[in-house]
Amino acid sequence: MRELVSTRTNPMIDPALHFWGWEIPVYLFLGGLVAGMMILSGYFLFRGRHREMSCSCLTLPLLSVALLSLGMLALFLDLSHRWYFWRMYTTFQPTSPMSWGSWILILVYPALLANALIRPPAWITSRLPWVSTLSARIAKRSAAVKFIGITNMMLGVLLGVYTGILLSAFGARPLWNSSILGLLFLTSGLSSAAAFVHLIASDPLEQKLLAKADNGFLTLELVIIGMFLIGLVSSTRVHLEAALLLLNGPFAPVFWVFVIGLGIVLPLIVQSMAVNNKVAHTPVAPILVVLGGLILRFVIVQAGQVSHWTRVVSSN
Amino acid sequence: MARYGMVIDTARCVGCMDCVVACKTENGIPEGYDRDWIAYDTTGAFPTLHMEIRSERCNHCEDPPCVYCCPCGASHIHERGGVVLVHHDKCSGCKACIAACPYDARFIHPEGYADKCTFCIHRVEQGLEPACVAVCPTHCMHFGDLDDPNSTVSRLLASREQHTLLPEAGTKPQIWYLK
Amino acid sequence: MSALSRRRFLKISGAAVGAAAAGTAALRAAGTLPSTGLSAEKGIRTVPTFCDICFWKCGAIATVRDGALWKIEGNPLDPLSNGRLCPRGTGGVGAHYDPDRLRTPLLRKRSRGQEEWVEVTWDEAFEYIAQKMQSIKQRYGPEAVALFSHGIGGNFLKHLLKAYGSPNIAAPSFAQCRGPRDAGFRLTFGEDVSSPERTDIRNARCLVLIGNHLGENMHNTQVQEFADAIGNGASLIVVDPRYSIAAGKASHYLPIKPGTDIALLLAWMHVIVTERLYDRDYVAQHGFGFEQFAASLAPFTPAWAYPETGIEPEVIERTAREMAAHKPATLVHPGRHVTWYGDDAQRSRAIALLNALLGSWGRKGGFYTPVSMDLPPYPYPEYPPSVRGKVDNPGQKYPFAHETITTGIREATLTGQPYPIMGWWVYATNLLHALPNEAETIKAIQNLDLLVVVDVIPSEIAGWADVVLPESVYLERHDDLNVEWFREPFIALRQPVVASPHDQKPNWWIARKMAGHLGLSAYFPWNDIEEYFRYRLKAGGYDYEALKKNGILRGPHQPVYYEEGLAPTFPTPSGKIEFFSPQLQKAGFDPVPVYHRPPAGPPGYYRLLFGRAPVHSFSRTHSNRILSDAMSENEIWVHTQTAQQNGLTNGQYVRLKNQDGVVSNRIRVRVTERIRPECVYMVHGFGHTSRMLKHAFGKGASDAQMVTRYATDPLMGGTAMNVNFVTFAPAEA
Ligand SMILES: Nc1nc2c(c(=O)[nH]1)N[C@H]1C(S)=C(S)[C@@H](COP(=O)(O)OP(=O)(O)OC[C@H]3O[C@@H](n4cnc5c(=O)[nH]c(N)nc54)[C@H](O)[C@@H]3O)O[C@H]1N2
Ligand SMILES: Nc1nc2c(c(=O)[nH]1)N[C@H]1C(S)=C(S)[C@@H](COP(=O)(O)OP(=O)(O)OC[C@H]3O[C@@H](n4cnc5c(=O)[nH]c(N)nc54)[C@H](O)[C@@H]3O)O[C@H]1N2
Ligand code: SF4
Ligand code: SF4
Ligand code: SF4
Ligand code: SF4
Ligand code: SF4
Ligand SMILES: [Mo]
Repeated sequence: MRELVSTRTNPMIDPALHFWGWEIPVYLFLGGLVAGMMILSGYFLFRGRHREMSCSCLTLPLLSVALLSLGMLALFLDLSHRWYFWRMYTTFQPTSPMSWGSWILILVYPALLANALIRPPAWITSRLPWVSTLSARIAKRSAAVKFIGITNMMLGVLLGVYTGILLSAFGARPLWNSSILGLLFLTSGLSSAAAFVHLIASDPLEQKLLAKADNGFLTLELVIIGMFLIGLVSSTRVHLEAALLLLNGPFAPVFWVFVIGLGIVLPLIVQSMAVNNKVAHTPVAPILVVLGGLILRFVIVQAGQVSHWTRVVSSN
Repeated sequence: MARYGMVIDTARCVGCMDCVVACKTENGIPEGYDRDWIAYDTTGAFPTLHMEIRSERCNHCEDPPCVYCCPCGASHIHERGGVVLVHHDKCSGCKACIAACPYDARFIHPEGYADKCTFCIHRVEQGLEPACVAVCPTHCMHFGDLDDPNSTVSRLLASREQHTLLPEAGTKPQIWYLK
Repeated sequence: MSALSRRRFLKISGAAVGAAAAGTAALRAAGTLPSTGLSAEKGIRTVPTFCDICFWKCGAIATVRDGALWKIEGNPLDPLSNGRLCPRGTGGVGAHYDPDRLRTPLLRKRSRGQEEWVEVTWDEAFEYIAQKMQSIKQRYGPEAVALFSHGIGGNFLKHLLKAYGSPNIAAPSFAQCRGPRDAGFRLTFGEDVSSPERTDIRNARCLVLIGNHLGENMHNTQVQEFADAIGNGASLIVVDPRYSIAAGKASHYLPIKPGTDIALLLAWMHVIVTERLYDRDYVAQHGFGFEQFAASLAPFTPAWAYPETGIEPEVIERTAREMAAHKPATLVHPGRHVTWYGDDAQRSRAIALLNALLGSWGRKGGFYTPVSMDLPPYPYPEYPPSVRGKVDNPGQKYPFAHETITTGIREATLTGQPYPIMGWWVYATNLLHALPNEAETIKAIQNLDLLVVVDVIPSEIAGWADVVLPESVYLERHDDLNVEWFREPFIALRQPVVASPHDQKPNWWIARKMAGHLGLSAYFPWNDIEEYFRYRLKAGGYDYEALKKNGILRGPHQPVYYEEGLAPTFPTPSGKIEFFSPQLQKAGFDPVPVYHRPPAGPPGYYRLLFGRAPVHSFSRTHSNRILSDAMSENEIWVHTQTAQQNGLTNGQYVRLKNQDGVVSNRIRVRVTERIRPECVYMVHGFGHTSRMLKHAFGKGASDAQMVTRYATDPLMGGTAMNVNFVTFAPAEA
């Protein structure tokens, strides 16, 4: 028997750690989603799909800017010493994933804007005619377009991986302490993005393509989640206990039902049947995927804070 | 170069919390917050029990993940004695350091910045001991230079069985507990 | 229970008391109180004084920063603190800043029970009290006003009451605390253990603690020396039904069944006597009636004690031999709060006898002989002689009570026998938490014509007062000089560090003004307390200015052990250590200790034990924001198995219901291995019912409320309180 009683009573720390609320999961989700969207739209550019009138690369870059800004807003809201946030941009801390993240975000914006410039929406060109001139000039040069596409894809990968590494760098939280988390969040970001674009895409061909891609991403995601859990379970006792939080602990119902069941398996089945024309295409599947992606971030962020190296039995 | 550390004799410590109260008055810690605390660690079954009582606080780790993860450069290793400190006016309150500390030694001060034990650097720089060390009625806490083989802390470490907290976390704590 | 057991609360008419907000920022807010009247003051200054969070009176140095009290540290010149305070002393800062403090004198507006108050001036309060006191004196005699007073702060009030003509002055430190111990040791050695205890813990080679939970009991010097003893590798034997902090340090932990310590003590002495391990020279030289005593031990073998105490015979033997091996530097600590089961004076006598066998009384590592400085008293006029004697112990019912019995005064107030008591002054003692059976206390209060309470916070007893007088806290006042009896002789001064924030006054001022209103000014010939200090110190040949500057005046070391050449003296009737006590025999009691099995509780009930937490003093520190921050409520300790049987989980709230059906406030369960399954444990003093204690109100449960029964020690009238049993009730009820 071990009885560990602590007198510490710090808010957010005791009796159980809870320093990050809804803001960080939302930020990580939106970051992952935008990362996925950047990869997709970058890929579309790379493949020259921007020449298709119906390509969703018309809307993706600016939508990404909006979603990313929402994510940044959530991040900002989480800061407890908010008006000092600019301090992140007066320094670069090479050992800090968050520092990397904040600088990556600084690069992501221009890349997205460049991406948007290739197919600027009418509401901009009608007001700023020089934009269409510039846009036409870039679009003419396929090397430039390809470069922008590759840059978007690369930054998308960086951003997606970053959202996972941000957590996995915290060795103090056994659940997060897995190098697979970067890959998991990237894949999940891709599947969410594919689903999301699937929802907004107008071209049925693109829809089908995205559904197929999404099935791939979802399958991959399942495999990665399996690897993530097996990795934890086969590591030290504290890591095993962390994994059990998801497997049969307090987070298990949400994890199994919403993340695995409704967020991955069910949409995977439905979409597989849809791409094989067994059932009609339904927006339900992609909606479930997007929600599953969001809930995954919530579960990982919350359960990670609960996972501990030392278990305090009570505090007074 | 000094390397500051604490050596705490758990055989003498009675868990009275004087160190906790002294920190509160010395450093004006707001109500409801603790820079240091007591852990009563009991193992066994009644009446064959063993209890270790520890006065705990930030370990001023030699390999401090809280410093490494700070995006603002607010958490830093002080040039004097390797003490881990936070510049309040550089801190954004992102809480990465809270996530990074395996000892849960940090908290967010009501004014928004990350806060924790400073090893009472303001006292140490005046040649005083940290408040918690100076107050302890059982004289179980010792503070000093680990690099100086003649310091009390070094001599105690050389002569007594000891352990640090969560050595497996790889942070190299600078607080040792004597058995 | 009658309706009386539900305490009533102070209700202030108008915008009277308590404007300061309680909350997380309270301390900071409180820091902006006009606490010093010197807000223009800049920089740092220090003032030496001595602590008053408990009665140990440690020398302290307070630091004021920019006119506001910052911190309090130990005074290195003081031999009690040795420069380090206990957590309560360190947290004493919070007593000054407590936003719930009493601010002005209060007068009950209607008849008692209406609980409506008006703020009055000090003169109005004194006038009201004086009228009542004069009328009581006329109708019942001056003895009909009693004083309950705890601590050095009450000295001038005691002087006033004596001048008024009352001998009825009592403190709970006797009949509710150390009385049985001092009676047991007096009967054996002719002298008290006194306070600070004359225990030489520092030099002990073997220390035996019987329920004395040093480390939680934070009497500073004792704890410091306890740590030194451990550091020096002393052998430590701890006897406690609970795995206390001290037990955690023990070389031998004896998890005794509650109430069976006499059986253990007899068995230990049996081993030491039969194996002839005692200090034979010492016993031969100083002992009286040893043969009879030794013969009486014959039946009490370790095997006999085993079923009583639950301690294996081998353990009893091993620990007895361990004690003997280190004699005379084996200290069997007499404990302090020893009013447990009603046979406490006899248990204390058994402890005294065990020490006598080990030859530790008067010896290094055992009990030293305390010394003090010579300081002449102030030459006051003679007190008026009391015609009727004290009221508390009619017919010497308790023949070995050498101090006044609080509960005896309460009894007289209830019955009017041997004569009526019509007025109470209460100074710095929260009688509703300190005395057993609060319903009796409340009934007694209802018989009074006058109840004056001098307190610093709106305590439960203040809630029943006719007049509440707000005292300055110790950091804001002078008190009487502390001329301590200790290992080293010294005089200590308490002096103001900061000004009182409102209309609070020091007790010397209150007593002196009150004397004026009672026509007793002749007893307070000095105008100011410093005049009194100067007079006494000059008469003793000491320098007041040096005392002011250092807080302490120390005298040269004097011999305190026989080893240092001190001649053994035993002021008993035989002049020797009384192993067999003719005094007890004559009074009809067992002349050698006898064990009686403690009565068990009703089935399904658990014996309620209680004790100290290091950061609190009794019921007085829970509104101190710094100390309550360190521990804000108490818990009920329940053994894992007991918890399982009762379906209790760690951290859940329950209520306790005692054998008489009294239900406590809600309290958190602590499921633990650290206690015997048949008893439960809680920290004393929580569960405040005074609503004006905004911060402390309703936090945790009160052990005193569960103590509806008590066993009275037939030797000295102590009230044993470990005789109550509780079961668990849902928190919602
Ligand atoms: N149930 C139960 N009863 C017990 C005990 C127990 O453990 N359990 N312990 C017993 C023991 S060992 C003892 S010694 C007694 C202690 O009994 P008390 O001495 O009565 O202790 P407290 O309950 O702290 O009450 C002290 C009162 O003095 C007030 N006070 C504090 N400082 C000052 C001051 O500077 N000036 C004035 N005027 N008032 C002040 C406080 O606000 C409080 O109301 O209780 C005994 N009774
Ligand atoms: N922090 C702090 N320290 C204090 C005080 C305070 O208020 N706060 N008050 C001071 C005062 S005035 C006093 S009198 C002392 C009181 O302190 P002590 O005299 O040390 O202790 P008690 O409160 O009598 O006893 C409590 C211990 O006795 C154990 N016990 C209960 N029943 C039995 C039994 O049948 N047999 C044995 N062997 N043990 C038993 C309990 O489990 C508990 O550990 O503390 C002093 N020190
Ligand atoms: S002050 Fe000393 S004895 Fe008390 S808890 Fe702290 S370290 Fe332990
Ligand atoms: S204990 Fe925690 S806060 Fe302190 S240096 Fe180590 S990691 Fe950082
Ligand atoms: S909360 Fe402050 S100190 Fe901690 S990591 Fe963020 S910026 Fe650095
Ligand atoms: S070293 Fe100073 S800041 Fe750190 S715990 Fe001790 S008193 Fe507090
Ligand atoms: S033992 Fe603690 S509370 Fe009592 S006088 Fe000393 S410092 Fe003050
Ligand atoms: Mo006491």
